[in-house]
Amino acid sequence: MSTEIMEFAELIKTPRVDGVVLHRPFMPTVEGTLCLTGHHLILSSRQDNTEELWLLHSNIDSIEKRFVGSLGHITVKCKDLRMIQLEITGMEECLNIASSIEALSTLDSVSLMYPFFYRPMFEVIEDGWNSFLPQNAFKDLESMTDEWRLSEVNKDFSLCPSYPPLVAVPKDVDDETLKKVATFRHGGRFPVLSYYHKKNGMVMMRAGQPLTGTNGRRCKEDEKLINATLRPGKRGYIIDTRAINVAQQAKARGGGFELEANYPQWRRIHKAIERYNVLQESLIKLVEACNDQSHSMDRWLSKLEASNWQTNVKEILTTACLAAQCIDREGASVLVHGTEGTDSTLQVTSLAQIILDPGCRTIKGFQSLVEREWLQAGHPFQQRCAQSAFSNSKPRYEAPVFLLFLDCVWQILRQFPCSFEFNESFLVLLFEHAYASQFGTFLGNSAAERARLCLPEKTVSLWSWVNRPQELERLTNPLYEPNSLVIWPSVAPQSLLLWEGVFLRWNRSSKCLDEAYEEMVHIIEYNKELQTKVNSLRRQLAQLETEDPLLHTP
Amino acid sequence: MEHIRTPKVLHSMVSSVERPPTTPSGGQLILRCKDFRIFQIFIPQERDGLDVHASLARLSRPEKYSELYCLSFNPNVNKEEREESWNFIDLMADYKRMGVPNNLWVATAANGEYRVCDTYPSELFVPKSATPTIIVGSSRFRSRGRFPALSYFHQDTLAAVCRCSQPLSGFSGRCQEDEMMLQALMKSNPGSDYIYVVDTRPKLNAMANRAAGKGYENEDHYTNIKLQFIGIENIHVMRSSQQKIIDVGEMRSPSMTDFLWGLENSGWLKHIKAILDAGVFVARAVADEGVSVLVHCSDGWDRTAQACSVASILLDPYYRTIRGLMVLIERDWVSFGHKFSHRYAHLDRDPKEVSPVIDQFLECVWQLSEQFPCAFEFNERFLIAIHTHVYSCQYGTFLGNSQKERRDMRLHERTHSVWPQLWKDRGEYTNPLYKAELSQSQGVLRPNTSPYCFKMWKGLYNHAEKSTPPRQSPADFLSAVREESQQLEEELTNHQEVPPGGTAHHHHPGSRQEDRSPDGEADHLGEDRGSPEED
Repeated sequence: MSTEIMEFAELIKTPRVDGVVLHRPFMPTVEGTLCLTGHHLILSSRQDNTEELWLLHSNIDSIEKRFVGSLGHITVKCKDLRMIQLEITGMEECLNIASSIEALSTLDSVSLMYPFFYRPMFEVIEDGWNSFLPQNAFKDLESMTDEWRLSEVNKDFSLCPSYPPLVAVPKDVDDETLKKVATFRHGGRFPVLSYYHKKNGMVMMRAGQPLTGTNGRRCKEDEKLINATLRPGKRGYIIDTRAINVAQQAKARGGGFELEANYPQWRRIHKAIERYNVLQESLIKLVEACNDQSHSMDRWLSKLEASNWQTNVKEILTTACLAAQCIDREGASVLVHGTEGTDSTLQVTSLAQIILDPGCRTIKGFQSLVEREWLQAGHPFQQRCAQSAFSNSKPRYEAPVFLLFLDCVWQILRQFPCSFEFNESFLVLLFEHAYASQFGTFLGNSAAERARLCLPEKTVSLWSWVNRPQELERLTNPLYEPNSLVIWPSVAPQSLLLWEGVFLRWNRSSKCLDEAYEEMVHIIEYNKELQTKVNSLRRQLAQLETEDPLLHTP
Repeated sequence: MEHIRTPKVLHSMVSSVERPPTTPSGGQLILRCKDFRIFQIFIPQERDGLDVHASLARLSRPEKYSELYCLSFNPNVNKEEREESWNFIDLMADYKRMGVPNNLWVATAANGEYRVCDTYPSELFVPKSATPTIIVGSSRFRSRGRFPALSYFHQDTLAAVCRCSQPLSGFSGRCQEDEMMLQALMKSNPGSDYIYVVDTRPKLNAMANRAAGKGYENEDHYTNIKLQFIGIENIHVMRSSQQKIIDVGEMRSPSMTDFLWGLENSGWLKHIKAILDAGVFVARAVADEGVSVLVHCSDGWDRTAQACSVASILLDPYYRTIRGLMVLIERDWVSFGHKFSHRYAHLDRDPKEVSPVIDQFLECVWQLSEQFPCAFEFNERFLIAIHTHVYSCQYGTFLGNSQKERRDMRLHERTHSVWPQLWKDRGEYTNPLYKAELSQSQGVLRPNTSPYCFKMWKGLYNHAEKSTPPRQSPADFLSAVREESQQLEEELTNHQEVPPGGTAHHHHPGSRQEDRSPDGEADHLGEDRGSPEED
């Protein structure tokens, strides 16, 4: 590790500059000393030596520098969409700082990332790395049905590099069959269980696209596997997250979709969820619209429209509602896939669970959902979240797939403000940590990569930090009232709003909204306090009555 | 009509009745209401449909005031209540609250019997140095005689918001008394040596008015004024813009592109922003710069009313209370001659006079309440209730086009005022998050008017969405919790009347035990909320 620290030292040309002025939106200007460490940009004001700014280099998306005389201005644009400005006197120092930040914020090696260096300053009550083990989740399933089994066929990640070692598959399908099916599905992603709907025993599965190619290759084992999930005489739905023409085109590259002739018991529905490069473009345009300084309503609305962000939100939510509807209303099982089955597929399966399963709307349940349907399911976080909206480099694998999922959850939360145990802050927190974090949770692109990096041994889990009383309190929705119902969000454009908590977070003061939130908490806390008092008084009185028979004769 | 089942809709709320072609299953009528609700009525017999259509078409287009609902019942039922209802809002008390009259602003009798200006109230406040000669002279130089008068006095800075109509200046006209009047306005603010004249029209429109002998103040003739144009469009533009946003609200399963394009194309939010910007300009001048402002448009009863009342909302927390908003509307809209009956088509008259002027003011307040959730005592329902009554003609408050017209119609003797009714229902209109002690509730509101801070007002323009299962409302939930807390507080107070310790036993009144509900009230929480979710 000492060689790595040496490596940082080489990158830091100037570790410390005095008299740096920091400008942040809606906060007072601060003058102080700027320090660069291996992982942080720190600014502390001289007066009381308190840190005014403590920014992870990995949170920096891009920087811009310009000079007015010898006064340098560095604009730091962060992955959480914040923009800050530093004024540094002296051209050389400014250039040094700028190039150091640039180098430190674009480290290639995962093992140099901060989570490998971070030592928690808090007491870990429950190790988050062990909070959501697949075998534990399966115990719940076993209590509801015996039609599924946990397979270890992928225990060394050889069958499917993006799957976890343990997956739930139909009981009657053996590992040999799974091996054959894996060769027929994109990335070896054979159909696995995503969700079991307790109410009617219907299931949701997910997979990669079938590799039918142009000559319509078929795989009997694949047909057998997914038919094994159907009840006698029942039909199922295949939700293909690509438009039909996109799915057709995939055949030329060896992909494709399930042909009716080979899957007569399944009805295929195509929806058009955008793919990653298009989504990245959409995010960049949206953020640009939010930072437009023209103050023209027409311009804002037309830029918002042109970004297509809200259209993407609507499309994803609509598809999730469709999947949920097939399961809950039609009483049918569902298989979801797109191309790889690691992006739009996961958006749909996880949102459908939010709609159907009240368990997913609790804090722990949501963590478990993110763990199961995103981390274990092989969403390539490291690739997708390498850059955010301000990046100057051409996007390769970057895409706000997870952010769109969180946005959709926020839309449902806003429409059902009493049905979620967590509040908006929790969603914002997950967005931040997916892009830059001191915790190891979102590092790597799959369970296999995380195992190789020995993350549970070498880093702290985000869940270890979140699941402490003081954090939980901050993230708990005071309006929450547990209910066991399915919640159907409206997907009408009028009902879908821009997620201000993320996209306008740094463009406006949040003081009044924060005050409103505190007031809301206060109203509910006060009510609880009164209830406790009244209940204890009632008990006291009841006791007095039994002790003193005189009371009964007024 | 026995076989027709409709919810109760006042005839005056009906904006149009359509009769699509009859189908084999019978005919139907489509009722569009002025509060943007739409009803479909199915009528099996074609003949009945025709009759109903004709009746409704006639009844929804009253030609005389006497046909209106509020004038069609016996006013002497509840005579005392009726008389009392008109005393509920006391404008003079509000002027007193803001510190007027004082040594800067005085009441003038000049408009007694509406002699000088028949669309102004009879009781008005003007600068102390404005003599009757100046007032009368100035009024002759202003459209409809609407001379500069006080709308709001800001005690903290001694600056004032005043209002009038455009000057009849043409290209070169001037009027000494009017110039003296503006000088008097300036002198009534010891803290500043100039005033702002805010012309709320787009500059081009104001210039066009000069050709007709009207226009705006020539800065060469008036000393110590700074002229500012704001650019709020006229009533015709607003009328067609509102129709477009209503259409957006009524779109059947639009795509996101359709919706956002429709929103942009309607121009509605742009207009709302312009009005709020006008209010912000006035409020900043008065509160931050301590400079008095004179606001006008053309006649000074539409855009001027909007700008002045938005400024008052921003400047004075009182107008953000339930009673305060009533007072504000009564002052800047009702008393200053906003033409309610023309603008909201109470009678079947010139459709070009109709325009959603007060709709826009109410929406500005709603947009503000979204930014400052704890600053307003009332909720969205209160704003919508006012909106409904502006159109409904169920009460006399908004009838007619001026104070004089209302006096001539003897409305106080023949109808009831709407305000006591709304006050009675205030429980329903209270914002549970309102907290007078917070900084956002006190003092001046400084809203962000960036375009992204404006949203479509779903509560008003999206009734179709509302008819699907209602969503959970945090506000209603919190109101229920607060109500329950109140009951608990009462129960606690009752219990605490019992002194602690052994001696208490004998003093404990037995009846107290019966008061206690054995199950406790803690469970009501869930019931009050109902279950808005579907299973």
